[in-house]
Amino acid sequence: MENFTPVSATLGGVLIGLSVAMLFYFNGRILGVSNIAGALLKPHGEGKSWRIIFIAGLLAGGAIIAALSPDNIGESPAQPFTLLIAGLLVGYGAMLGRGCTSGHGICGISRLSPRSIVATLVFMASGMLTVYITRHIAGA
Amino acid sequence: MKWLTIFLAGILFALGLGISGMTQPEKVIGFLDIAGNWDPSLAFVMGGAVGINIILYRLILRRRRPVFDKTFTMPRQRNIGGRLISGAALFGIGWGLAGYCPGPALTSGVTASSSALLFIVAMLGGMLAFHVTQSEHEDDDVRNRIPPGDRKPADRQKIASAATPVRHI
Repeated sequence: MENFTPVSATLGGVLIGLSVAMLFYFNGRILGVSNIAGALLKPHGEGKSWRIIFIAGLLAGGAIIAALSPDNIGESPAQPFTLLIAGLLVGYGAMLGRGCTSGHGICGISRLSPRSIVATLVFMASGMLTVYITRHIAGA
Repeated sequence: MKWLTIFLAGILFALGLGISGMTQPEKVIGFLDIAGNWDPSLAFVMGGAVGINIILYRLILRRRRPVFDKTFTMPRQRNIGGRLISGAALFGIGWGLAGYCPGPALTSGVTASSSALLFIVAMLGGMLAFHVTQSEHEDDDVRNRIPPGDRKPADRQKIASAATPVRHI
């Protein structure tokens, strides 16, 4: 457990939570990043403006972190081909499952949505099984 | 003003991701690596975010509407079926392989990190693949929330049968 960082994790979580509440309080929208990004890809979707502005904010926040605390942004250990497959699965899976870690894991669970609780348990289990296989069986 | 709150929410969300360590894929994989050198930090991230919102969510919904819009836009309640479970399963595999999910990947992409950018491109590709292969019935699963005080018996019946007028997104 040598990398355990409970204080910064909780603090970051609280900030994430506040941003979720902020978007919902001011704009009545669920902060589900896969929905925000995914809906922009639909030719006839509504709500493109607010989604673009939100993603702009996300990128601006990323730039702030990169400038002030670049060590907080890390590279993935996965090889390029694995990253490709992973991205495809995350993108497709998030659309099929109608949510991701923010949409289901944070917003949905906060609403005590059974759908989101199930989705979160499933992707947690799936993620853990995947890491178990790649780290302890396949020896990748 | 409305746009500013959206923009600030995006910044705040990204800062939260960065401070919490979620923009470090190794740390995310560390949480999923229950048989290895397990790092429970992600549980605390979710705990902080969910803990706050379990309370705030209900408080916010006492309002008739959000500050800058006519209605809250809510996911329609749907059953827990094969699509939800298989979607989540596929998502989890990708998440476990890369240690990225949409928010952290986009946030990290700003640094032109090659792994983030590659993941983002593939992720957008996966989303597009879904859009072009699936019918557009997915538009039917959001609704405008009618404030409790305004609901008429017909509305209650509509809500109960999940046939509330659809706001297409």
